[in-house]
Amino acid sequence: MLNIDSLNKGIVLDHIRAGSSMKIYDLLGLSQMDCCVAVIKNAKSNKLGKKDIIKIEGTTDIDLDVLGFIDHNITVNIIDNGQIIEKKQLYLPKTLTNVIKCKNPRCITSIEEEINHVFRLTEDGTQRYRCIYCEQEYQDK
Amino acid sequence: MRHLIDPLDLSVQEIDKLLDLADDIAGNPKRYSQVCSGKKLATLFYEPSTRTRLSFESAMLNMGGSVLGFSSANSSSAAKGESVADTIRAVSCYADICAIRHPKEGAPLRASQYSKIPVINAGDGGHQHPTQTLTDLMTIRVKKHRLDHLTIGLCGDLKFGRTVHSLITALSRYEGVRFVLISPEELRVPDYIIDNVLKAKNIPFEEVENIEDVISQLDILYMTRVQKERFFNEEDYIRLKDSYILTMDKMQNAKPDMAVLHPLPRVNEIALEVDDDPRAAYFDQVQNGVYVRMALMMTLLEVEHA
Repeated sequence: MLNIDSLNKGIVLDHIRAGSSMKIYDLLGLSQMDCCVAVIKNAKSNKLGKKDIIKIEGTTDIDLDVLGFIDHNITVNIIDNGQIIEKKQLYLPKTLTNVIKCKNPRCITSIEEEINHVFRLTEDGTQRYRCIYCEQEYQDK
Repeated sequence: MRHLIDPLDLSVQEIDKLLDLADDIAGNPKRYSQVCSGKKLATLFYEPSTRTRLSFESAMLNMGGSVLGFSSANSSSAAKGESVADTIRAVSCYADICAIRHPKEGAPLRASQYSKIPVINAGDGGHQHPTQTLTDLMTIRVKKHRLDHLTIGLCGDLKFGRTVHSLITALSRYEGVRFVLISPEELRVPDYIIDNVLKAKNIPFEEVENIEDVISQLDILYMTRVQKERFFNEEDYIRLKDSYILTMDKMQNAKPDMAVLHPLPRVNEIALEVDDDPRAAYFDQVQNGVYVRMALMMTLLEVEHA
């Protein structure tokens, strides 16, 4: 059994779909943060069978929109004094700015300097995002 | 300040009002000959165009205004690597309104984010071309006396044809409209139009490959050119370029009051023999384009009516 100390202050991201923790690690820019981060893969889960967990020590300032975009079923626990003081609910964000990039070579984002890559959630309830400039759908491939 | 980037930037009521104004201009062009006196239009054309640029310039000159601009990326600072955002900030100091055509999709939206003057999308890549749509709507209204309860066939390159995307988007707001989308499989309407417009609004449409099977149903036939400049692969272009050619033989099965539209330029997709048929409306579109751009610039510049 792998043991990782519990946090005194920080965030625990629980119920991450098994295998997607490193993607979250990258998109949240955790490699650039000067704090202790534990990534636990393939932990046992009653709910999911297998799950990933990320523990971030010392900070509670992370981009919840990014998490909502990747998987709005992730549980976000805010820890202080070793206790869960808040559970944050995640939503699919209406817009995403500079989280994902438009891959359409015909899009203005392919040549314009300093342009924000902005995606908007489609209104048809299908949980898809389209670039605001060219309207091409984001595909995670 | 308003821009026209997407056909839906104007409400149905605003489009009706704008088309009424365009009709009035068509009937009384002299009354509008000085309404934009002292105003300047900048035409920022990063991509070659004959019709659209001249139509904009003619429209402004018809109203007593003046024009400045460039007609290819090579003759602008884009060749030096200047961004659209920087160019429009400069142009905002020189002109009162601008029309921008750009090969990259979303460039006019980018310009509008930094502009101090109204920006009109004069075509962005294979994306949208809203002033062509206003031209098309005016022509359809003149020919059919309505914009609702129509069966519209769109034929040819429906994938890269930006006028097609804009026209479907604009007409989708009118009651009783039905679309017949005629194209080879490779050039079908993009899914963002199918999903966001047609399916989202429950608008009846069918996708077919054969024009002969459906031409008798149509009130409007909107022909388009397979555009060489939109293909990254020359082989694909050559394979698809002659997919649909409208001839008098095919026109025999069409309704006697069907109108044939085309955003022009054409290559060979409408045989010259069709030009003499009273149902050919594509040269009327060119004239209507000037009137509707006059009406649009008057509206965006908020100038007083004559």
